Amino acid sequence: MAELLCVENMVKHFPVRGDIPFLSKRVHALDGISFSLRANGSIGLVGESGSGKTTLARCIMKLERPDSGDVLLDGRSIYRRFGAEELRRRVQMVFQDPGGSLNPRFSAEKVVKESLLHLGKATRQEVRVRVSELFRQVGMRESDVKKLPHQFSGGQQQRIAIARALAPGPDILILDEPTSALDLSLQAQIITLLDTLRGDLGLSYVLITHDLSVVRQVCDELLVMYLGRPVECGVTDRILRDPKHPYSQALIGSILHPDPQTRDDRAPLGGEIPSAIAPPPGCRFHPRCPNRLDVCLKSEPEPTLLGDGATVFCHLYGDDCAI
Amino acid sequence: MEYVLDVRGLEVRFFTYFGIVHAVNGVSYQIGEGETVGVVGESGSGKSVSAMAVMGLVEQPGYVTAGTIHFQGRDLLTLPDREWHKIRGNQITMCFQNPQRALNPLMRIGKQLTRIYVTHKHARVEESRCRAVELLREVNIADAERVMNRYPHQLSGGMCQRVMTVMALMCEPRVLILDEPTTGLDVTVQKQLLHLLRVLRDRTTASQMLITHDLGVVANICDVVVVMYAGRVMEQAPVEQLFARPMHPYTQSLLRAIPRVESRIVLHAIPGEVPEAMSLPLGCPFYPRCTSRMEVCEQFAPDLATVANQQQVAVACHLYGEEPNG
Amino acid sequence: MTQNVVRAPDELTKLTAESEKHKRVTRRKLGFAFLVFRSNPASLTGLVIVVFVVLAAVLGPAISAASPDRTNVRTRLETPSASHPFGTDKYGRDVLARVLSAARVDLLIAMGSIGFSMAVGTCIGAVAGFFRGPVDTILMRIMDVIKSFPQFVLGMALVASLGPGVRNLILVITIITTPVFARMVRSRVVSLREMPFVDAARCSGVPRLKIILRYLVPNSVGIIVVTAALNVSYAMLDAAGLSFLGLGVRAPQAEWGVMISTGMNDLMNGEWWTTVFPGLALFLSVLGFNLMADGLRDILDPRMRR
Repeated sequence: MAELLCVENMVKHFPVRGDIPFLSKRVHALDGISFSLRANGSIGLVGESGSGKTTLARCIMKLERPDSGDVLLDGRSIYRRFGAEELRRRVQMVFQDPGGSLNPRFSAEKVVKESLLHLGKATRQEVRVRVSELFRQVGMRESDVKKLPHQFSGGQQQRIAIARALAPGPDILILDEPTSALDLSLQAQIITLLDTLRGDLGLSYVLITHDLSVVRQVCDELLVMYLGRPVECGVTDRILRDPKHPYSQALIGSILHPDPQTRDDRAPLGGEIPSAIAPPPGCRFHPRCPNRLDVCLKSEPEPTLLGDGATVFCHLYGDDCAI
Repeated sequence: MEYVLDVRGLEVRFFTYFGIVHAVNGVSYQIGEGETVGVVGESGSGKSVSAMAVMGLVEQPGYVTAGTIHFQGRDLLTLPDREWHKIRGNQITMCFQNPQRALNPLMRIGKQLTRIYVTHKHARVEESRCRAVELLREVNIADAERVMNRYPHQLSGGMCQRVMTVMALMCEPRVLILDEPTTGLDVTVQKQLLHLLRVLRDRTTASQMLITHDLGVVANICDVVVVMYAGRVMEQAPVEQLFARPMHPYTQSLLRAIPRVESRIVLHAIPGEVPEAMSLPLGCPFYPRCTSRMEVCEQFAPDLATVANQQQVAVACHLYGEEPNG
Repeated sequence: MTQNVVRAPDELTKLTAESEKHKRVTRRKLGFAFLVFRSNPASLTGLVIVVFVVLAAVLGPAISAASPDRTNVRTRLETPSASHPFGTDKYGRDVLARVLSAARVDLLIAMGSIGFSMAVGTCIGAVAGFFRGPVDTILMRIMDVIKSFPQFVLGMALVASLGPGVRNLILVITIITTPVFARMVRSRVVSLREMPFVDAARCSGVPRLKIILRYLVPNSVGIIVVTAALNVSYAMLDAAGLSFLGLGVRAPQAEWGVMISTGMNDLMNGEWWTTVFPGLALFLSVLGFNLMADGLRDILDPRMRR
């Protein structure tokens, strides 16, 4: 199956604001992330704060320019072979804060029209038809189109944002925490909607989240990130069922299941996520890792391809160590 | 059974320029000694506002318009200012959302912590400092002395959350209220916090009231759960019972609508939206979205009724009650 | 700091009725604005004064039939009376008519200059805030240079070099007020452009100019309007002050500053009305705009939070 989207070794550092340029400390937001997405597939990018997932999304959308690395769409580099507009007709994004992602002065209709106006090539009549169709697809009522964002609930705002993203007819949607800001009873609505749309429109998703239950529901594959580095990636089921990397294990072990029977009084993972300005040397997870080895302090682990197709970045599984 | 905190029929309304917001609409729940009660609800459920009422923090244009809040035998709503000051921050304390913003940005942590103890317990500053450092160590803040000298913006979110917890525990309260303590925290930090709360619960006799929208948090640490929707209590039950045999259609729908990590399930999304607090319908607020609704539900809001001899088990639903007269 | 508890049923019905009444008002456009002003007597007073002043300026000729410029040696320096409510000045001109005519001039200068500086300042601030980097630095340093001079002194220097007259006065006050708007708008734009809806606009292919004009500036209206209202009074004071000194508007044109200055000599002789009335008019207008600005800020800010 041909790969639709291929992210190769993305590196992005930000200078720390307010510092003198050459004495600069840099925020190591991304330090070599790669993944690929096949047509009609869906991959989840999972990580906590500082993992770099939002930066990655912004680089893919060309809202930021990475320091090095590339993103290939249909095998062509988006930085060298795609104009910004052309890219955004193929890849679109849904943002984390639904209210904040809508211009407070634009009606729902206008929000979606903007997208069509600037990225689509359509006549006035076609635009009207398309707007209606999009609203219908995301489950918005025709009577609501003239309302302003603050008159809608979070779930409805997110639907408008999805409609806007779908307007130019993209193949890939990047969803940045699409349900985190929503009420529980509405999360399922949006998840269901996303599922339906993927099937009906043949979309592919890059889902960014910290919520593993959403990943389970929506994504076929998943990539766990920590402090800008990859940790483990593979088929969702495999990783959630049997995580190999100590961080993945801790992450999955930290999940609070809505089920009192699974209460877990074990000691949690200690420490906190270190600052991305001065990431620990070697494997970035080593200060908190219960299985730390000497080599972990010195060098970053290489990717190890495991038998079941998953890849883990950990010295415990490296060539020189027996599993 | 004597409850530490007994809320009955609480009503809080906000008289705004745009209409009356019925934030809390006849809410009752009880917290026993040493219990951890989880108050769960979505936005607009009134869970935070009811906690504010318990703390005496409802301000203009909000008014408590009905109900009683009994704490140690006294109705807090009838207390004069002087008495409130002795209770708030001392015997009933609260940890707010957004810890970094809830701490005074211009004051060092040490000062913020010691002041509370000095004020309420009329203790000396040194004694206060000792206690603060001790508590900071108990919540796993390693270099407690250094943290005492820091300002809130110098600490991470997780640290601030723990500092705020310490602040709330300085005076050994009988009731500790935590408003969305895990929201915004990283998953691994969340687990640390819950572990901490469990440890604290075992060490002290304080009762905890945990306000959250996260059912996972509730399942993991609470003894009793109170489910709120649109300003009312829909169901109250011990935690195992709530998850295993939910009674109220709202609870049932909610449990069917959340995704699970264990496996991909068919999500039964609840149709519709949470009602606007300004235009609440007459009958049961869940009526438009309820799959088990009946005609009576549209006209009459069901009362919260305790279930057959079981303490702290109650449900507000016509499916379980008698038909009202008229 | 006790929380509000209401038990008595009649108090409850009173609160409910009041809220219902308010709700009916806010349903209509500007209803909310009306309520805010009503609850804040100071800003309501300000609004009333401003309306009064504007009406007086506009309807001037209708209020006083007398001509502001016609001299009449025989009726010079008459005390206020029925035929001349504000008296006459040393050339026999009706002071009331002159005060009203001056109102038009002063309002024109103030509003005109605020209008222009609002336009120019907003453009500069929006461009600087949106593009950041060298563009931001250059533009804001220019603004800083202007702002580093004491406003009035700079005004004096500019008018002295450009020459007197209403047009030049407007130009000068525009120049000295532009940095105020530029700064305000820039800081608002800098925080707005971090918002997701700006990113979303970029992802939708919206060109940068349109982002500035339709996304950033419209969402800065609140702060622009409040800044404008607050600075109208300064502009008025600048205009009157400069004219008082003989720079700016010159006699025999009716303008409050000029009138105050020419009337000062009369004051020595006990003829107070030639100075006091224009002075009062100026004071009242400045006060009115300032108070009104407060109310405007209340309307525009919390509403945003809604």
